[in-house]
Amino acid sequence: MAETLLEIKDLTHRFGGLTAVSNLNFDIKKGEIVGLIGPNGAGKTTVFNLVSGFYVPSEGDVLYKGERINGLKPHQIASRQIGRTFQNIRLWSDMTVLDNIKISQHYRLGYGLWDALLHNRKYKEREKELERVARELLEEFQLADLADEMPKNLPYGVQRRVEIARALSLQPDLLMLDEPAAGLSSADVVELIHYIRWIKENFDLTIWMIEHQMQVIMTLCSRIKVIDFGRELMTGTPDEVQSNPEVIKAYLGEGEI
Amino acid sequence: MNDIPALAKRKTRLPVGTLAVLGLFILILGLTMGGVINKYIQSVLMFIGINIIFSASLNIVNGYMGEFACGHGGFMAVGAYVSSVLSVILFSPNDFTGEPLLPPGSAVILFPLVIIVGGLVAAVFGLLVAIPSFKTRDDYLAIITIAANFIIVTLINNIEAVGGSRGFMGMKKTLRAMEGVIDLPYMIIWIFVFVVLTVVVIRRVMNSTFGKGISSIRYDEISAEIMSVNTNHMKLVAFMLSSGLAGIAGGLFAHVMGFVNPASFNIFKSTEGLVMVYLGGMGSLSGSVLSAVLFTLMLEALRPLQILKWVIIPLMLILLMQFRPEGLLGNRELTDVFPALKRILGRGTGSGAGKSSGGGNAVSGAPAEEGFNG
Repeated sequence: MAETLLEIKDLTHRFGGLTAVSNLNFDIKKGEIVGLIGPNGAGKTTVFNLVSGFYVPSEGDVLYKGERINGLKPHQIASRQIGRTFQNIRLWSDMTVLDNIKISQHYRLGYGLWDALLHNRKYKEREKELERVARELLEEFQLADLADEMPKNLPYGVQRRVEIARALSLQPDLLMLDEPAAGLSSADVVELIHYIRWIKENFDLTIWMIEHQMQVIMTLCSRIKVIDFGRELMTGTPDEVQSNPEVIKAYLGEGEI
Repeated sequence: MNDIPALAKRKTRLPVGTLAVLGLFILILGLTMGGVINKYIQSVLMFIGINIIFSASLNIVNGYMGEFACGHGGFMAVGAYVSSVLSVILFSPNDFTGEPLLPPGSAVILFPLVIIVGGLVAAVFGLLVAIPSFKTRDDYLAIITIAANFIIVTLINNIEAVGGSRGFMGMKKTLRAMEGVIDLPYMIIWIFVFVVLTVVVIRRVMNSTFGKGISSIRYDEISAEIMSVNTNHMKLVAFMLSSGLAGIAGGLFAHVMGFVNPASFNIFKSTEGLVMVYLGGMGSLSGSVLSAVLFTLMLEALRPLQILKWVIIPLMLILLMQFRPEGLLGNRELTDVFPALKRILGRGTGSGAGKSSGGGNAVSGAPAEEGFNG
């Protein structure tokens, strides 16, 4: 079995009196594509926010490459190379696509304020390198033509691609996608599936995604975790999940089947 | 030397921008020393310079970072008082140490250092808003910045050693000591130098990927964090740079006036800064420079109206917000609006200075500061 990349142990999070996530356990192995699904309000995005550092878990641990990362700030977690996208696209919509990609390399700028002020050799070399890496990435994503465009002027589907490209400029080992298919047409969804497969192979990634589009989840994921009311319902292969009565009940409600 | 396309281009060009700045400098210096422009016009030019530093520095926080800081005058006060006290203690007989600590003539060399120390202390006071900004944003942070302004002004008001509300003076002696060594229009020279430095510093920081981390906070702070931008660090840099440069503006202001009192740096001063930033366009450096020039001249032109100008200027602000809320330039630079400028100037440090030349050509008016003291 491949090594474990991300390990979630007894993760619990409470907002005041509400327990949003309770006793969640999950191991993600290197090279997997795994899914996290559940009805609306099940706590999926909360789990992502806990892992990426926006919330500090009330209990439990998150280990990435064996290192405990809960309690770290989001930018520290990002710099440990975990990339993430959002349910609603959160590009810097008024900065060029190129800048979006360049800024996302902030954790390995390699120079500081003084170097920028002095325009010294270190600054120039690093800026050159950041620009080169950014352009290469855009090239790979066939977005090179859009380098100087503002994301706000791009079609929604393209923005999604830019957002994924931006997450990859962290050079992540783990990529967390929060509903990548949200708002896409069915043709775009098919394209997205190919796209995710391609980035996984091309960038040697482990992918963890939240998704409502069953087509996406069932085609891509080798394992799926289902949660409801912050608790685990089950973890299994797409087939197991689809045939599990508990899951069907959670999604469709009791007594209607 | 380097291959970044934008930077490489500039190297192959004539440094038109740099030459323009130098030309302007020699022109102003020549006109001043030749007695062509009188004291009044000189003082207007100096206030234009001080206002450029003041508004451009506020633009770092309000424009580039997208917060709403409205206590910028407080940091100007810190710089003004620190450099004034230093200047008096070091270079002239005073109440603190009796005899000057250094031979007065040494001011010729040490004067810029005194101004910079004022800026550094003001930068430290910037922590007063930088640290709360880690957890607080928008309206709430705006309130904190106002509070910081009040704290600083009230503190100074209550420090008897620097004259309390009566104010503090004696800085002219430093200038006279300098003029005793070599007779030069020092304030014109140093204001010009610090304006150029301010523009270059802000340009370099904000055009670097490092500094764009500050702008990324403006467009989406959550995104910034998730994309590995240390937003707290960026805020620290932005607030400290901003307040530090305001402190430099304050030090220069104090030495031009020869007198400072706390009331010069209250919320009115901060409001002036806001007007200039929003007039020029948030996140536009050339906008800030341009609007500082226009605003200073406008204050002078409206001087005959006396207190009524504080009806007219806010009214103009209302109209501006109604019909052109993005300001004169939006978040673009002059070089974006007039591509020809870009071709002429390249993308070097010159373009910022090219804009300040607008300030040099503009003639008429007098101290902006007197506006609300009266």
